[in-house]
Amino acid sequence: MSTRTATTAARPAAGPDLPARRARSRSPRGPRPWLYLLPAAAVLVPLFGYPLYMLGLLSVFDYRQAQVSGGEPTTFIGLANYAALLDDGRFWAILAQTVVFAAALVLATLAVGATLAMVLTRAGRVPRLLLSLAAMAAWAAPAMTGSTVWMFLFDTDLGLVNQVLGIEGFNWFYDKWTAFGVVGATVVWHSFPFVMVTLYAGIQAIPASVLEAAALDGASAWQSFRRVLVPMLRPLITIVVVQSIIWDFKIFTQIYVMTNGGGIAGQNSVLNVYAYQTAFGSSEYGLGSAIGVVMTLILLVVTLFYIRALYRKGEPL
Amino acid sequence: MSRSRLVANAVAVTAAVVTLFPIYWMVLSALKPAGEIHSLQVRPWTLAPTLEHFRRVLGGEDFGRYLLNSLIVALSVVALSAVVAFLAAVAVTRFRFRFRTSVLIMFLVAQMVPVEALTIPLFFLIRDVGQVAPWAGLNTLGSLVLVHLAFSLPFAIWMMRGFVAAVPEAIEEAAMIDGASRPTILWRILFPLVAPGLVATSVFSFITAWNDFIFARTFIISAAQNQTLPAALLVFFKPDENDWGGIMAASTLMTLPVLVFFIAVQRRLVTGLGGAVKD
Repeated sequence: MSTRTATTAARPAAGPDLPARRARSRSPRGPRPWLYLLPAAAVLVPLFGYPLYMLGLLSVFDYRQAQVSGGEPTTFIGLANYAALLDDGRFWAILAQTVVFAAALVLATLAVGATLAMVLTRAGRVPRLLLSLAAMAAWAAPAMTGSTVWMFLFDTDLGLVNQVLGIEGFNWFYDKWTAFGVVGATVVWHSFPFVMVTLYAGIQAIPASVLEAAALDGASAWQSFRRVLVPMLRPLITIVVVQSIIWDFKIFTQIYVMTNGGGIAGQNSVLNVYAYQTAFGSSEYGLGSAIGVVMTLILLVVTLFYIRALYRKGEPL
Repeated sequence: MSRSRLVANAVAVTAAVVTLFPIYWMVLSALKPAGEIHSLQVRPWTLAPTLEHFRRVLGGEDFGRYLLNSLIVALSVVALSAVVAFLAAVAVTRFRFRFRTSVLIMFLVAQMVPVEALTIPLFFLIRDVGQVAPWAGLNTLGSLVLVHLAFSLPFAIWMMRGFVAAVPEAIEEAAMIDGASRPTILWRILFPLVAPGLVATSVFSFITAWNDFIFARTFIISAAQNQTLPAALLVFFKPDENDWGGIMAASTLMTLPVLVFFIAVQRRLVTGLGGAVKD
């Protein structure tokens, strides 16, 4: 930047009001940046900040159908909603299965994405283009339509999978684990392209000479992957992992649509769906908000790791 | 051709086919006559493609209306978020001010908030807003525009930041020295220069709004004429037997615009800034 400053300053074309330099307005107190931020704030404060605050507020009130429509007074109940959650075996079960499901999704997404990124670096032009296009299509497909197509593929009577496997009449969505399996496959199909494309770009950015040097030193393909590529890509991998954790932990549409709101007796529910069902299904708005707060806090912790990783990567904020 | 290249090619092609297959199957099933869909002898092709499902979907169930609603919401969000995100991105890239880093971190954190959980407070907020501003209350498209604008902004600003930073400041400085006013520099010089980035960002805003399912489901309760696509898709799920032909045709109609946008922007991103600016 200093060189640019020098060249412009050297130009003779300085009008009478030479605030040109000053008007670049690097001064920390100028109101202009705030002026530019004003429209964003006008949207985000009432529609993002305030609801977030309200979510916290609702979670410490007894807020149910009677209060919403019946005009019954809302009472402050402190942390009673949270206490109820701690006592609720169902909440713990769903929290546990959300964590496990998200972890499995993250691992599967990374495994598929990283493998295909490596494949891309070795494949010829046409196969590479083909895979990139296919991945782009899966990436772009709305979660909603992805869900409907995979449901159709695994449909009990008319689904292709059952017909090919010759197991007509088998319902994938009756059993908790096969249902999770099908939903998981759908999610991975949606999310591996992001991992693949990002890691592939990262690998491309590594100078070929580094890998050639490793090869000259007698490193095997696995060794140069494990000892050269992975360490060099570590910051990028962290970002991809954290991003995947955040997405997979928040999963909603696929579960909601494919298992019709959380499966038989809610066996396939995850936190996000559980919060929604508690609030809008059972009209326990206070309790649902408490679940939302718990989720937000968990994601906030993950986000802090993410910000740290960004700083490590040296991305200037 | 080396063996590893051969293996890589085989894996890449297989992965591409598997990845594309669900989309192929969606379009194929949308074109299959109902008899073939219900036949227990599935074939991965059809000899009698028909538009009957598309016709039924677009004609019968008000789907055209829902499609239009989705378009109105998504395009409004895109237009508003482009301007707002552009201004905010200029603020955080072109100025050093107090709390700048805090503001940036807030935009980042906002992207992580589980938006679905916010449906609970937003439902009540929108209900109350409807008392004073009927155009943005429950059952209106306005309410959807507002919430999607809010939820697409943090990411849009985050992304625009990179595009604004990529434009050399020297250009603005030169314009300023030539006597251009602030608004001129902002809207006549910087704005066109970041247009490719704006297009890319807009696609993401469009997709956020277009794909939404939960807000449409929560806010649009009684006004069926204001329903949007994803919720409308559920109409074809029947308790006794799902109308798969209709579902697949509707899904195809919903997927195509996004696919086209996404692929268009992919090319835009690559050729984007190249050559526009000589520094």
